[in-house]
Amino acid sequence: MTSPPIDAMPRPSRPAFWRDPAVRGIAYQVLFVAIVVAAGWFLVHNTLVNLGRQNIATGFGFLGREASFAIGESLIAYAPSDTYARAFLVGLVNTLYVAILGIVLATIFGTLIGIARLSRNWLVANLSLVYVETFRNIPLALQLLFWWSLLRAGAPAPRQAWQPLPGFFVSNRGVEFPVPQSNPAHLWMFLAFVVGLAGAVGVSRWAKRRQIATGAQFPSGRVGAGLIVGLPLLVFVAAGAPMALDWPALKGFNFAGGSAVSPEFTALLLGLIIYTASFIAEIVRAGILSVSWGQTEAASALGLKPGLTIRLVVLPQALRVIIPPITSQYLNLTKNSSLAVIIGYPDLVSIANTTMNQTGQAVEGIALIMAVYLAISLTIALAMNLYNRAVALVER
Amino acid sequence: MTDTTQDLPLPAGRPPPVAAGPVAWVRANLFGGIASTILTLAAASLLAVAIPPVIRWALIDAVWRADSGRACRGDGACWAFIGEKLRFILFGRFPYAEQWRPLLVVVVFIGLLLASCDRRLSGRRLILLWLAGLAVVGMLMWGGILGMSYVPTDLWNGLPLTLILAVVGMAFAFPLAILLALGRRSQLPAVRAICVAYIELIRGVPLITVLFMASVMLPLFLPTGMTIDKLLRAQVAFILFAAAYLAEVVRGGLQAIPKGQIEAADALGLSYSQRTRLIVLPQALALVIPPLVNTFIGTFKDTSLVIVIGLFDLLGTANAALTDANWRGFYAEAYVFVAAIYFTFCFFMSRYSQMLEREFNRGRRR
Repeated sequence: MTSPPIDAMPRPSRPAFWRDPAVRGIAYQVLFVAIVVAAGWFLVHNTLVNLGRQNIATGFGFLGREASFAIGESLIAYAPSDTYARAFLVGLVNTLYVAILGIVLATIFGTLIGIARLSRNWLVANLSLVYVETFRNIPLALQLLFWWSLLRAGAPAPRQAWQPLPGFFVSNRGVEFPVPQSNPAHLWMFLAFVVGLAGAVGVSRWAKRRQIATGAQFPSGRVGAGLIVGLPLLVFVAAGAPMALDWPALKGFNFAGGSAVSPEFTALLLGLIIYTASFIAEIVRAGILSVSWGQTEAASALGLKPGLTIRLVVLPQALRVIIPPITSQYLNLTKNSSLAVIIGYPDLVSIANTTMNQTGQAVEGIALIMAVYLAISLTIALAMNLYNRAVALVER
Repeated sequence: MTDTTQDLPLPAGRPPPVAAGPVAWVRANLFGGIASTILTLAAASLLAVAIPPVIRWALIDAVWRADSGRACRGDGACWAFIGEKLRFILFGRFPYAEQWRPLLVVVVFIGLLLASCDRRLSGRRLILLWLAGLAVVGMLMWGGILGMSYVPTDLWNGLPLTLILAVVGMAFAFPLAILLALGRRSQLPAVRAICVAYIELIRGVPLITVLFMASVMLPLFLPTGMTIDKLLRAQVAFILFAAAYLAEVVRGGLQAIPKGQIEAADALGLSYSQRTRLIVLPQALALVIPPLVNTFIGTFKDTSLVIVIGLFDLLGTANAALTDANWRGFYAEAYVFVAAIYFTFCFFMSRYSQMLEREFNRGRRR
């Protein structure tokens, strides 16, 4: 019996084209995109019609107009006669200022609390536990209002200001503190600091290379610290040690001299630090706990001192666990700084809010804030991802 | 060879340190070394400085009964203010005679939350229970039937508003979040791109901007003539916001499903929707219950932001109570009271989530 030639066999019929997964995939996507685009067009169309009825011009032309509102505090020069664009810039600088200070201080404070949580000292460990549980379970908005009302309404008038340290005054006008009188030596000291920093990095690299090559150790940490502190100190002494401080003093109803931060800024910074530190503490604690005790024991068995054990064995492994969640806390802190609008610190959102109320340009204002926060978020995420790549596990 | 050591008298020495009892505990946990001793003394002196004034303010010097704010101005707290404003802070401007309704709503919510902790309830029964609970809540708040008078949403204030925003927000965000998470893991590039763009956009901006957008732009989005309730705007903002964060939580669960499960489902000839519904989601959602509870705590705290768009949640009513001319300036009392309420809710929920996490890890630990 001969089998029929292959050409004569009935070919398996191809499935109908609507059963082809590839075709279906394309169809689904076209449908999905069409729905999204249609919904978007519907919303945009309605918005344009509604704006047209309210006689609001669209576009960012309003940014060039005179803002004509005052801003309580600003790091860059600003007057009500400046443009809206300038006002937005003031808000952006204020946001970045409080966010950067907040991130640095919350990291330091949170790390301390996180380590204290692991202390073998019962009192210290439980005090930190109470701190963490209290402050992360109360909404940040409420905490900000509490600190602000304490500083604004609870604090005395400048004449009866609290003086926790000589030269430091806490009153309902804010916190006053002394600053060094401006002196050209400060610039040179800063330059000496930068040179010292560069020198310290250089010394540490050279010492590491030498240790790898010859095994000889060099106290690079102490020498580096000496460079960083010593060089500016040398400049300070060479310039005749300008110690003059500009002290705040009561003149009439308010303070003159020194420097001051407003109650709004203080409350916002304090609230952000206290709230975020409670989360960072838990992250740091989990990170340290994630390094098994056997690692520490092995390091001791190799003869490493406790300080070196932490620096060379525990910390590099703990950082791997700590970095990703701490990045999202930094992002949260930056986004939470927008709560400034509740207590009246002129951050980006608060200024955009004023602008939207004055001009009616709600769509543009919100688009602008969103774009700026997205840019900030992406920048922080990018920087932290780069750092994370540096400390991440290199697997063979 | 004989053991000679037994015969030798032991040298006289100090007795070994006590290894048990309160003295040993204190020695080990408070004064176990120089550094520990210094820490203990520093912490104790900090407490000695901080605690007595707080106790004096909150308890000893406090005024518990007063007819007006003037009568209780002193060094201590004025808890009479809380007594006077208790119902206003809890329920706001809800008609005074009808305030048993929001009270009942709070009880229903607490009951639903407690029922959700009961692991014996199956998913389907729990969903039915929640639907029934939400229906009861809506009936009680709106009224208009069973002889209850109609109450418009701008009089829904205080604690019920906080709970409604958080619970309804999560309930509606959850299905949306599942769709977004599935979309983000989809093979179809256009679907994936749109879902990623949505999630990252919302997660990249502060909640306040989403609230502003909802309160200012939602009315503009609608066809001319249609208006949208203020509460509904905030609720929409919370749903859209929470969905993006929940989507990432759900995605974590989806990623934890081994590939073999999906391949096995394909080998059985299940379609995408069958595979997702019967194999992937049941396993993925069970995994993410603890982070889900954490997201809920976050949303619950975030509801306090609605004061920026003029809604009176628990924090809003406290602020409004502070504007009474007869009772001015009792900020600390009002905020401490409200903080205690938020704390109670969040603390117990976070304890529950920690308990769940431990329970989950127990099964996984080898």
